[in-house]
Amino acid sequence: MREREDEWTGLMRRAISGDSAAYHRLLKSVTPVLRAAARRGLARAGQPVDQSEDIVQDILLAVHLKRHTWKTDAPFTPWLLAIARNKLIDALRRRGRRSFVNIDDFAEMIPSEPVAETAPASEVAAQLQSLPARQREVLQSIAVDSASIRDTATRFSMSEGAVRVALHRGLARLTAKLREQ
Amino acid sequence: METDQLIRTLAADNTQRTRPVGFMLALALVAAAPVSILMFFMTLGIRPDVMIAMRNPFFDLKFAVTLALAIAAIVVSLHLSRPEALLRGWALLLLVPAGILAIGIGGEMMVPQRLPMMARLVGHNSRVCMLAITLFSLPLLAGALVGLRHGAPVRPAVTGAIAGLLSAGLAATLYASHCTDDSPLFVATWYGIATALVAAIGALAGSRVLRF
Repeated sequence: MREREDEWTGLMRRAISGDSAAYHRLLKSVTPVLRAAARRGLARAGQPVDQSEDIVQDILLAVHLKRHTWKTDAPFTPWLLAIARNKLIDALRRRGRRSFVNIDDFAEMIPSEPVAETAPASEVAAQLQSLPARQREVLQSIAVDSASIRDTATRFSMSEGAVRVALHRGLARLTAKLREQ
Repeated sequence: METDQLIRTLAADNTQRTRPVGFMLALALVAAAPVSILMFFMTLGIRPDVMIAMRNPFFDLKFAVTLALAIAAIVVSLHLSRPEALLRGWALLLLVPAGILAIGIGGEMMVPQRLPMMARLVGHNSRVCMLAITLFSLPLLAGALVGLRHGAPVRPAVTGAIAGLLSAGLAATLYASHCTDDSPLFVATWYGIATALVAAIGALAGSRVLRF
């Protein structure tokens, strides 16, 4: 428990200083915990738990776009859980249920129990269609076709800088759309 | 999109840096301030006897109160833009301007005054005061909200209200240089009402635009 928190904090520090591999590992490592928490929150609110994946993706996007609000001398876990709780409350509210999210949903942080079935996330994919063409193409190229920034730049005859900007704007816009829906 | 695909995409975007919220707030306020300042000079302007007024400690006290409010609200709003932040002791910072004002009221009570208390409280310009502070604070409030949108406040309405205090503090600093009512009683009443109004507007706006 303690060890994992230290590991996360270390990975996030490296991520902030530009280590994308550490960032990738961190996001992979937090995802099962977020998934378990989202399922518990949904269950408590009397909602079908198989919708957890949309919430997980929503949290991951918020973590990504707000990571500059994390102070590198602070532990990572309280910050992460605050973002996750906020997103879960938001998701439950959008599903038409005023509900209080128990802090214990996150405090326990037991990794995801083996899950029977989880519906694939659909909201991000759906909102992707509403992005401007260039942002959508770049996002799809990197997310779905697993292309690198450089390959994507070559494919669309763009500079790598332009790909990076389109990618970042696309993610920000996607997040805004998810919030508005 | 699969979650693994999303994670890979986010990692690919790791090189994009976002500036700290404090920087964005400062930038937004610097951009908004000229609008309020222009509004102030086009409508009211500094009072003509300002050089003499500056020798009156109760005139100077107004600036101590309004600036203390603005600074405390900036500090608290930046604190609240972190998601894991708890308000707790930080809210006490906002008592600093109230404390200065209370000391001022006490001080005024001890000095013999030409006007009775109610006359000092009612003053000459209460309506202009409330209207001016509220109007001059709106561009600053918009700026503050734009800046704070870069943060991740989990209490958007509270954070919006603090942004309201911040902008009211700055707008009141402008207005104080025009206002000839220097009694701390006047400040507590009419500046106070205007500040509460702007805080309410901020809370309302914040609950919409500061969600993330």
